[in-house]
Amino acid sequence: MAIAPEDIRHLAALARLGVDDAQLPALVAELNGILGHMDVLAQVPLRDEESMAPDRGAMPLRDDRPSADPLHRERDAFAPAMRDGFFLVPRLATHGAAGATADDEEHSA
Amino acid sequence: MSATTQAGLADALLDEGVARIVEAVQRDATMAMAVVSAAHARIATREADAPGLNAVVATDWPHTQRATTDRIAEQQHHGTGALDGALAGVPVLIKDNIATLGLPTTCASRILSGYVSPFEATAVRRLVEAGAVVLGKTNMDEFAMGSSTEHSAFGPTRNPHDRSRVPGGSSGGSAAAVAAGVTPVALGSETGGSVRQPAAFCGVVGVKPTYGRVSRYGLVAYASSLDHIGVFGRSVNDAARVLEVIAGADSRDATAAAQPVPAFQHAVTGSLAGVVIGKPVEYFPDNLDPQIRARCEAALSQLAALGAEIREVSLPHTALAIPVYYIVAPAEASSNLARFDGVRFGQRQPGAGLREMYEATRSTGFGAEVQRRILLGTYVLSAGYYDAYYRRAQAVRQRITEDFATVFASGVHLLFTPTTPTTAFPIGAVTDPYEMYLSDIFTVTANLAGIPAMSLPIGRVDGLPVGGQLLAAHFDEATMLRVAAELEAALGAEAHQ
Repeated sequence: MAIAPEDIRHLAALARLGVDDAQLPALVAELNGILGHMDVLAQVPLRDEESMAPDRGAMPLRDDRPSADPLHRERDAFAPAMRDGFFLVPRLATHGAAGATADDEEHSA
Repeated sequence: MSATTQAGLADALLDEGVARIVEAVQRDATMAMAVVSAAHARIATREADAPGLNAVVATDWPHTQRATTDRIAEQQHHGTGALDGALAGVPVLIKDNIATLGLPTTCASRILSGYVSPFEATAVRRLVEAGAVVLGKTNMDEFAMGSSTEHSAFGPTRNPHDRSRVPGGSSGGSAAAVAAGVTPVALGSETGGSVRQPAAFCGVVGVKPTYGRVSRYGLVAYASSLDHIGVFGRSVNDAARVLEVIAGADSRDATAAAQPVPAFQHAVTGSLAGVVIGKPVEYFPDNLDPQIRARCEAALSQLAALGAEIREVSLPHTALAIPVYYIVAPAEASSNLARFDGVRFGQRQPGAGLREMYEATRSTGFGAEVQRRILLGTYVLSAGYYDAYYRRAQAVRQRITEDFATVFASGVHLLFTPTTPTTAFPIGAVTDPYEMYLSDIFTVTANLAGIPAMSLPIGRVDGLPVGGQLLAAHFDEATMLRVAAELEAALGAEAHQ
């Protein structure tokens, strides 16, 4: 089960880490080196109850899909207004003119 | 008493331990400020000899002075003229991953640079309520991931016995500060040996209580099923007194057990008659450093001379502990550290969009070892590998726990082992991550099983301290600390020679 560079990219995306291509060779070598020592666990015979398939219904696992925004509905569906990926909200009374609205050009993002 | 005389007495008290400080402060409350001032001065003097220890990473002396003055004034207002509390006037240092009020809590990470917690850990609150004075925060491996205190945004801590060597880790700052006499006691944290291993390397006492004995409210989570708060002390009874103060149930931590907290300090009697101490063969392998083996055998001889029965036992799954630990801990870390994203916690770095901001924040803020463990943890939890690694590791973890339960059910009260396979190694000498992980080979088992364990000095090899480890059954810290106090007394000066 050796880790390849594309695996590191996928793991980094899941973990929200930015990994430069220059870092990949070292990370591949380090993680494969560490995991090589873990393979000893595969030689431990499991008992019947330990070998049973886990009850996925009791603890659902989510897909390994990188997502910066794991929302049930798209942001646009409930955001009052958006610009450049950010919500536009009324400026606080303490930070600008009172009575400003989401339609106001002066709103901060 | 002149101010000069009082300062001299206070400085000497730092070397005499917690009980003497409390006695002095309970006689004369003004001695509290003198003792705390002496400890504060020692931080600077320990840094003055180049290269500095780099053990203490944050202080707020005006705040500490005010807190001490207020406390003295409050007691005098009540007419007692003396400070109350089991730790009255005792200066303490706190590892940088335990939340304190008024001092930064950064986990020695760039991502939490400057972060000041709005609340304090229950353990810290209990120390303060018992009269202790928080003097500062101590260096550590970033997010407690390491065994040498080299992986810190503050730079490495140095071992006070040989400044070219590591103090161990991850609580290396607390261990080095106590060993250097800055404070008599300090708090650390353990996930796989991060109190006991640096205690062994620095020649001090390090205690990891039972999982659940001490509230973890305010301890920044690394691997929640393995994390503990632990105690460093110059002596067994100093550490025991602190443990008595911080242990016990806490409504803010559901894992803090409601077990009664017995007395942990022990008056030495010179007898261990009736105590059965197991010597696990797996912790004394053929390739164990012969000088460390000799120190352990000498300690076992002392225990036998005190009347304890030494019995050879087996913990057959010991060799699997490091692979299990380095699957379970990174898996939990990959989840726990998700909160450091620049939105919930952490210094935000700009990015073109949300994902880019997350990635820039985390990649800039976390050091190499933390990122390596997050990637490892993400891998062992991902589809196709969860069963092969994580689930199997959990099954073997259960076997390791059962090994201990079987031995303790057979009439063995305690186990004695070396704490570490080596003495403190030179800074920069260990570059292979797995070789570094092996430094914890004798300590991770207690975290996996949740049993109490501690290290105490049992001698030196080539001038460097060697630690002996005692392990006990769940919630039997009292027996462990009793035997440790007896062994400490029996070894006497030999423990530091």
